[in-house]
Amino acid sequence: MKKELPEHFREYRHVWVFMELERGQVHPVSFELLGEGRRLADQLGVQLAGAVLGPPGEATSHAVTEAFAYGADLVYLLETPLLTDYRNEPFTKALTDLVVTYKPEILLLGATTLGRDLAGSVATTLLTGLTADCTELDVDTDGSLAATRPTFGGSLLCTIYTLNCRPQMATVRPRVMRMPLRTNKPVGRVIRHDLPMVEEEIATKVLGFLSDGKSETANLAYADVVVAGGLGLGAAENLRLLKNLARTIGGEYGCSRPLVQKGWMPVDRQIGQTGKTIRPKLYIAAGISGAIQHRVGVEGADLILAVNTDPNAPIFEFAHLGVVADAIGLLPALTEVFSRRLAPSRRVRLVT
Amino acid sequence: MHIVVCIKQVPDSAQIRVHPVTNTIMRQGVPTIINPYDLFALEEALKLRDSHGGKVTVLTMGPAMAEEALRKSLTYGADGAVLLTDRCFAGSDTLATSFALSKAIAKIGDAFGTPDIVFTGKQTIDGDTAQVGPGIAKRLNFRQLTYVAKITSIDLASRAITVERRSEGGTQILNSRLPCLITMLEGVNAIRRGSLDDAFRAACSEIVKWNAADAGIEEITKCGLRGSPTVVKRVFAPTPRAQSAVQIETSDKTLRHVADEVVASILTQQPALELALSSNLA
Ligand SMILES: Cc1cc2nc3c(=O)[nH]c(=O)nc-3n(C[C@H](O)[C@H](O)[C@H](O)COP(=O)(O)OP(=O)(O)OC[C@H]3O[C@@H](n4cnc5c(N)ncnc54)[C@H](O)[C@@H]3O)c2cc1C
Repeated sequence: MKKELPEHFREYRHVWVFMELERGQVHPVSFELLGEGRRLADQLGVQLAGAVLGPPGEATSHAVTEAFAYGADLVYLLETPLLTDYRNEPFTKALTDLVVTYKPEILLLGATTLGRDLAGSVATTLLTGLTADCTELDVDTDGSLAATRPTFGGSLLCTIYTLNCRPQMATVRPRVMRMPLRTNKPVGRVIRHDLPMVEEEIATKVLGFLSDGKSETANLAYADVVVAGGLGLGAAENLRLLKNLARTIGGEYGCSRPLVQKGWMPVDRQIGQTGKTIRPKLYIAAGISGAIQHRVGVEGADLILAVNTDPNAPIFEFAHLGVVADAIGLLPALTEVFSRRLAPSRRVRLVT
Repeated sequence: MHIVVCIKQVPDSAQIRVHPVTNTIMRQGVPTIINPYDLFALEEALKLRDSHGGKVTVLTMGPAMAEEALRKSLTYGADGAVLLTDRCFAGSDTLATSFALSKAIAKIGDAFGTPDIVFTGKQTIDGDTAQVGPGIAKRLNFRQLTYVAKITSIDLASRAITVERRSEGGTQILNSRLPCLITMLEGVNAIRRGSLDDAFRAACSEIVKWNAADAGIEEITKCGLRGSPTVVKRVFAPTPRAQSAVQIETSDKTLRHVADEVVASILTQQPALELALSSNLA
């Protein structure tokens, strides 16, 4: 199946991570990808580069510093006011130009709304392969990228190769890969590139941005503690038990997919393959069966506690701690015990 | 205004089962549906047509039986339907799919009027890639507006369109130009129930069926497996975790007692959590 790589692709080398930067913030998924990219680059014996695209200014230079701090050997930098807010046209041109000029063999992007929008356009422009929402990346014996992703509605996994085209592109969702350690590495080699484009060529204008503001929904993926409920909670009014516990231990609350379909919770709170991937220190699943589509979203949790009335529920196969009990009774009891146990430290804080 | 909506017939993945021994998909008897996200795109297209005039053409690439999905779209009120079907499309990845669909859209333009907008759903429930929409946009050289939650306005005279687009942490308000490709988010408005007239019309209308040659596709090598740079090498079941849950015994205990044990167990297994939890609360 594997053919000799065409001559003009042989000079494609190095692993790149697209550094997602929107409204001044580097998306944490870029750091997770640098961690993964570092591993791939080491296996291949090549360099790891960050591609930073943004407006001139502090936010962009911060992204450059952080790319090094999270493991990049060098950074490709394209700075222009045209890249102030995300728009498909200038970003596609910018990233495509960089790739064509400097030729990475692997290009990784976050599977965010921005990353997916951009990756699709860039891959089509370059006529190369793109594998979406990978859960595992590896380099096989002959140096090809082996990208593994869920298939068939999440029930199976498949490993995909891009054999005869370069770069090999993949997107990975936030929180699927582990966050690497940050070091204080000094800024290294930065290669600057220009974007031959003027504002008049860009048909799309950003008229405004409505921030989600304080609605803490956006934090679910990065919360340390998540309490989630499933159909086992029986009724929408029981969700308050979930929220109480989450509030008591300073965590976020979420749910399995049927609760969203019933309209009991907004889609932003859904955890799983078609919802958020989470990686908390503690995950409490109450009345959730643990279907594979849910499991893939929570497997990265350090400690999973499952509460389910059915001792044979699949969730007990991957939870660390299990309780066969009625969640409707146990949730309030947990809330009470937690608030008692955690109270002293809270009091100390109030006094000081 | 001419709007083309790309839809896909997908297996109702909620009903797919994996064979426990062979790890293969058991497709027998699994019903097919129109990809649910595409229905939001279709509804949006129909609404635009109702308020601005014009027509809506639905397009799908698939096997002969995908005709059902197109006929269903006609009952919802679409004006015309095109089925792109040819063996040479089998095994297409997203790049090859976007190639074939963009060719068909160009051909639809020649035959039934140039499209102003092409719609797709935000992604399919079987592939989940969200890549075909952007691929089509690039190939047609249309402006691309993905994850659109709402179309705020369209001005046909100046060819301007304003949309609300979902992005990380908020909503972007974008102004762009027609022709454009829009991928629709799931919305609040479910697909309409078609009228009796629509049902009647759907039952007797002709579905246009094109093979590769009919759609003007000469470069067969860009289609199907040959045109797909990605290759699926291995399909397998996820490995079960080696160890299953440590069970907290519950018999003869009050819930309060059980809760005590659970919390104690959590904090022993993860001592760092106690600190994390209390700092969360600070
Ligand atoms: C393409 C596709 C994508 C999907 N994406 C997702 C996704 O992103 N996220 C997701 O979660 N699902 C997803 N699903 C759905 C998934 O397959 C399951 O249907 C879903 O996770 C089940 O939700 P549940 O566990 O809450 O409900 P159920 O499967 O109905 O399980 C309820 C559980 O609660 C237990 N229970 C009942 N009463 C009590 C009680 N009083 N106390 C304690 N336990 C009790 C039961 O024993 C049972 O185990 C997807 C499915 C498909 C096909």
